[in-house]
Amino acid sequence: MMNDAFDLRLAETHIEVHKFRSGAIVAAAVLSLMLQAFVPVYFPKFAVLDLPLLVTIYFGLSRRNPSTGLLLGMVIGLLQDSLSGPTVPLGLYGIAKTIIGYLASSIGARLDTEHPAARFALTMMFFVVHQGFIALTRRLLLAEPEPWFTLRLAIAAAVNAVVAVVLFTLLDRLRRS
Amino acid sequence: MAGIPSRHKSLVLLAGVIILQVVLLAVQIKRDSQGRLLRVWTVSAVSPFQRAGAKGIGNIRDTWSHYFALQNTSRDNEQLRRQNDELKMQVNQLQSKAAEADRLSALLNFRQGQRSVPMLAARVIGTSADTASQTVYLDRGERDGIRRNMGVITPDGVVGKVIESYRDTAQVLLLTDKDSGVGAMLADSRIQSPVGGTGEPLLSMKYIPTDDTVNVGEHVVTSGMDRIFPRDLPVGVVTEIKTGRPFQHVRVRPAANLQRLEEVIVLLTLHPLEQKKEAPAAVAPTAETPGKRVGGTAAVNP
Repeated sequence: MMNDAFDLRLAETHIEVHKFRSGAIVAAAVLSLMLQAFVPVYFPKFAVLDLPLLVTIYFGLSRRNPSTGLLLGMVIGLLQDSLSGPTVPLGLYGIAKTIIGYLASSIGARLDTEHPAARFALTMMFFVVHQGFIALTRRLLLAEPEPWFTLRLAIAAAVNAVVAVVLFTLLDRLRRS
Repeated sequence: MAGIPSRHKSLVLLAGVIILQVVLLAVQIKRDSQGRLLRVWTVSAVSPFQRAGAKGIGNIRDTWSHYFALQNTSRDNEQLRRQNDELKMQVNQLQSKAAEADRLSALLNFRQGQRSVPMLAARVIGTSADTASQTVYLDRGERDGIRRNMGVITPDGVVGKVIESYRDTAQVLLLTDKDSGVGAMLADSRIQSPVGGTGEPLLSMKYIPTDDTVNVGEHVVTSGMDRIFPRDLPVGVVTEIKTGRPFQHVRVRPAANLQRLEEVIVLLTLHPLEQKKEAPAAVAPTAETPGKRVGGTAAVNP
């Protein structure tokens, strides 16, 4: 086991588990939430991004521990719920991001997610899955009509995936070298 | 999580976290008509068991009471049968009273419409002992002011007249008796002719000239010429006409149901009822055949 990172050997694949500087995860999560909450006030189109989701995906893929991934997703999701309007009850994003955190950590433990193309594809997939759980929760629990898939969702998934490729590269700098 | 395999620990944690958040959601969400979602879920989750439990207990109770606990059934059946019989009797009595109330109400209405004529309601308490005469007995007599030759009617029409009056009862000769009769006329053509009984259910209107036109279904009313009954009381309806010389044979069905009399009205007057002067175009004989008597009472008394 290394000091800064350690290796996992799963399914004959060499997977590296990354560690981050202390406070990096918390800072990134808080910053993403703050940006998500305040930037759209001045730049409405920024709302197409889901920075907390991207942070959840990134740390899930990097940490590769399903338990910490889902807990991180839960915390970020609940905080996002808290910062959202009265139409978003606590737990709506929490549930979705918990599942995304779990899935990202589980997939990250099995695949090499360092390549930009893999990150792009995974982020698109997670974004769609995330919105799918949001729609499911709204339909089942809130009895609200929520479309499963729209063109806007596809565009948003692509935009988030593109941003994720850049953002993840920046976040890579928070790793312990 | 000590007993859970390590590869499943994260799944269990995921499930727990999701459930916690779903509960958190449920606590917050309030459906418009059903209250908080948590309550809706709780009720929805519990109610099938409650329903199943209630149905199961109901089935057990039914099975027990229908197949095992039958020691009192026979007694209950007997009691219910007795109650049923009593209730049937009560229903019959009530139906009878209701019919009586209807009849009395009709009598009252009729009486209020004939305020100028003193009247007395009486109940039929018996009929004649022989089949040849058509008479009934009333529960009122001389003490109530009833005298011989007083007219007796119902709201439907003429019944007959009093032929004997005792202290507390009176005997009435019905219109259907062959010795009975009443001054009458056809309601439409105003042709006058006495109507008498034949001893059968139908009456006979004897003195309609052959040249006069009479129609089946035409109403026959009192003419008032007998000075016993007021004018225009229903007597009956023409049901059959046969040509004859010099008079037609006209059969009339009585307006009053003389077969089933229960309450009647006695016209408490012996004074000739006022008649309006009328000059009929075709006046049939208004008196009976000379010398004919009706049960000791002049049916038509010119």
